[in-house]
Amino acid sequence: MTQNTQNLSPGETSPGTGDAADYFRHGHPIADTKAPDVPIERQWTQRKFDAQLVAPANRRKLDVIIVGTGLAGGAAAATLGEAGFNVKSFCYQDSPRRAHSIAAQGGINAAKNYKEDGDSVYRLFYDTVKGGDYRSRESNVYRLAEVSANIIDQCVAQGVPFAREYGGLLDNRSFGGVQVQRTFYARGQTGQQLLIGAYQALERQVAAGTVETFTKHEMLELITVEGKARGIIARDLVTGEIETHLADVVVLASGGYGNVFYLSTNAMGCNVTASWRAHRKGAYMANPCYTQIHPTCIPVSGSYQSKLTLMSESLRNDGRIWVPKNAEDADKDPRDIPEDERDYYLERIYPSFGNLVPRDIASRAAKYQCDAGKGVGKTGLGVYLDFASAIERLGREAVEAKYGNLFDMYERITGENPYEVPMRIYPAVHYVMGGLWVDYDLHSNLEGLFVAGEANFSDHGANRLGASALMQGLADGYFVLPNTIRHYLADGPFEKLDENHPAVVEARESVRARIDKFLSINGKRTVDSYHKELGQIMWDYCGMERSEEGLNKAISAIRDLRQDFWRNVKVLGAADTLNQSLEKAGRVADFLELGELMCIDALNRSESCGGHFRAESQTEEGEALRHDDDYAYVAAWEFTGDGEQPVLHMEDLEYHNIEMKNRSYK
Amino acid sequence: MKVNLKIWRQASREAQGGLKDYHLDDVTEDMSFLEMLDVLNEQLIEQDEEPVEFEHDCREGICGSCGLMINGLPHGPERTTTCQLHMRTFKDGETITIEPWRAAAFPVVKDLVVDRSAFDAMIQAGGYVSVNTGAAPDAHAMPVRKEHADRAFDTATCIGCGACVAACPNASASLFLGAKITHLGELPQGQAERHERVIGMVAAHDEAGFGGCTNIGECASACPKEIPLDVISQLNKDLRTALRHV
Repeated sequence: MTQNTQNLSPGETSPGTGDAADYFRHGHPIADTKAPDVPIERQWTQRKFDAQLVAPANRRKLDVIIVGTGLAGGAAAATLGEAGFNVKSFCYQDSPRRAHSIAAQGGINAAKNYKEDGDSVYRLFYDTVKGGDYRSRESNVYRLAEVSANIIDQCVAQGVPFAREYGGLLDNRSFGGVQVQRTFYARGQTGQQLLIGAYQALERQVAAGTVETFTKHEMLELITVEGKARGIIARDLVTGEIETHLADVVVLASGGYGNVFYLSTNAMGCNVTASWRAHRKGAYMANPCYTQIHPTCIPVSGSYQSKLTLMSESLRNDGRIWVPKNAEDADKDPRDIPEDERDYYLERIYPSFGNLVPRDIASRAAKYQCDAGKGVGKTGLGVYLDFASAIERLGREAVEAKYGNLFDMYERITGENPYEVPMRIYPAVHYVMGGLWVDYDLHSNLEGLFVAGEANFSDHGANRLGASALMQGLADGYFVLPNTIRHYLADGPFEKLDENHPAVVEARESVRARIDKFLSINGKRTVDSYHKELGQIMWDYCGMERSEEGLNKAISAIRDLRQDFWRNVKVLGAADTLNQSLEKAGRVADFLELGELMCIDALNRSESCGGHFRAESQTEEGEALRHDDDYAYVAAWEFTGDGEQPVLHMEDLEYHNIEMKNRSYK
Repeated sequence: MKVNLKIWRQASREAQGGLKDYHLDDVTEDMSFLEMLDVLNEQLIEQDEEPVEFEHDCREGICGSCGLMINGLPHGPERTTTCQLHMRTFKDGETITIEPWRAAAFPVVKDLVVDRSAFDAMIQAGGYVSVNTGAAPDAHAMPVRKEHADRAFDTATCIGCGACVAACPNASASLFLGAKITHLGELPQGQAERHERVIGMVAAHDEAGFGGCTNIGECASACPKEIPLDVISQLNKDLRTALRHV
């Protein structure tokens, strides 16, 4: 697994120096200094104890801005509101209830061990670190496992209708990458139910006057004063008004940037702007190339397609994945292909996990089958997910009770009945593990800026296990941030800022200038056409499989496309009204910068790990080959100016509690 | 396939709106309804005409953002969200009329986008369980009968899209209200605030300008999540009981 890279002469390309040497400069190393130096089981208790307190009467004098109202942002806003802080909550949707956490289907993990099947905090920690291919931070992941049980208690108390057994107790199921049943679920709508729980808690605080919500508002700039985050510039998406909001602390819980690929399972509005604007103001962007490709997505049907729809991974519990053994059979009706002419390739290659191997492995295996010409469906980009044997074993009714809504959704989109014909699935961009760099407190390197949920990088490593995103969002929002922000705010309130402070004026004017620029270019191409082209470049060269040659090509293609965008984009309408093209233009402009950094990061990391597969780094059997000696670090990128080379800061990942092993699911 | 579109265009809340005709030639059956509008908008921009503004986000039928009156029906002829409606539902050459939700409590913001913040206001008036973070007992401390848990879930699936209001001749939001009342009312956690919840939420409903329910039932038949009509009976029963107790 690990390779040594000794005796290299200076300048020689090696996994250690990376292939991207021409594109960046090295900076000083960084490290997390907030996790207390005690055994990992005691770190969070110790940190909470060490964190300073803020007296109840002082809390309402402290202003907190939270951008995003998904599981992380909604939960944080509700909890900080309950504590009595003065919270302003922002979302681009028309209601906090619509944040994209709502679309997560499968479930949420928690180390409750209600099934008495050998689960524990340590095992959840272990599975998560292993699942992340040893590229996440031990201390953060341990805490995540530790607070997971409290999340379930909290949500049940809020009235989240989790699935129950006849005895009245909660039901569990298992998910990809694990061998215990620790996933709590609410049919196929767990994300929706958890989000509604957080949303209701948030609205309760709105009624109590501790939280003010700004819906249909988009953060377009971060205000920093003397190196500290002190507020945001937001645009009211209905009136177009550019608003200044000042605070003592800013939290970004603005989700992931998977839409850089144009086609993804993200909501159409998901974007990187809040994070990217903070990055440009000094916050490090960590591991941007870590993209999770989800194996069970409905395949693309045509070029007009705007987004991809995921089928819950829980389907892999009972569905069997196969392709025809003979490529010539790919066009046949699957029901006419006899058992012995089908290749249940996951069960064959990975006998102990079978169809429940982690997402990256399942995705890549599907791609290989399709690359070998065995892909099914019109485009040849699909494999079967077959419930015939589950229906035979459990009966149609039982399958319907478990997965009915997913089957209906599939039929609605494809026009095919999955009870009769096997479903077709193909991998799709789903989640990003990269995000703004944070320490154990979820504090970015920029003072006063905290980052939670998918927007930060810390917990999932190079790959995310199923049912762990909801867990992280709520852990960050309900349990982590309220404690760590409290510590930061104990030094506040900070000096009152005036809206006429030069740094505030500069931030506001830069937003105005940018909007004016979009509306005045008056070129020939639509924003969407640029977004689609960028997405294709990213998918082809920075998607499921990457190579040095491809990434170099991608970087130069993105630079050309970005240049063309700023000369030739066409945005109609005005600034002072609802203008969705204008909104998209700002987001795509930021994606065009992020995409380049993703490619540079991918080029530098010339190892395969998690969902990131470098063609140059594989075993003889074609499995991902990590290089722990060279790449067991977090790549945290610093922005140094337009057209300037980014600076790479490395945080070494140290594993004291879990031995780094070859990740095998065979 | 080809379609003729009649789309409501309205520049702002105050502006006068009206239907405008558009034609599309290259529509395929596998397109979702919103993807068809995307194609239209790309064409409009190329012709220097401002694109049609419409609300959408997840495009998976769950966020509740999208919602259009299609040929006079909320979310169109099938029982689903607009984003999950596909063009295979329509005939080649068909004329399709697209308008925003119609209700005084949902004022038009622009074109097909309406303001549904009244729904948030109703939740603020009691649509929650008051439990502070960290104060919760173990999840297994309170068993719930499976049939109650299932009914709570069935009614908790409301996505807040507003189709029920748009379908109702009185623009009543009783189905939305009833769904939340029933969801929390089926669970032991929701009992402590049961009376205050229904009184508060009904008051917020009336305050927002929604109409009264006369049990016509259009709401339930338009609901993409199949919230059953009997949640309104539950709402009325809870209200009656609450008014006697408080």
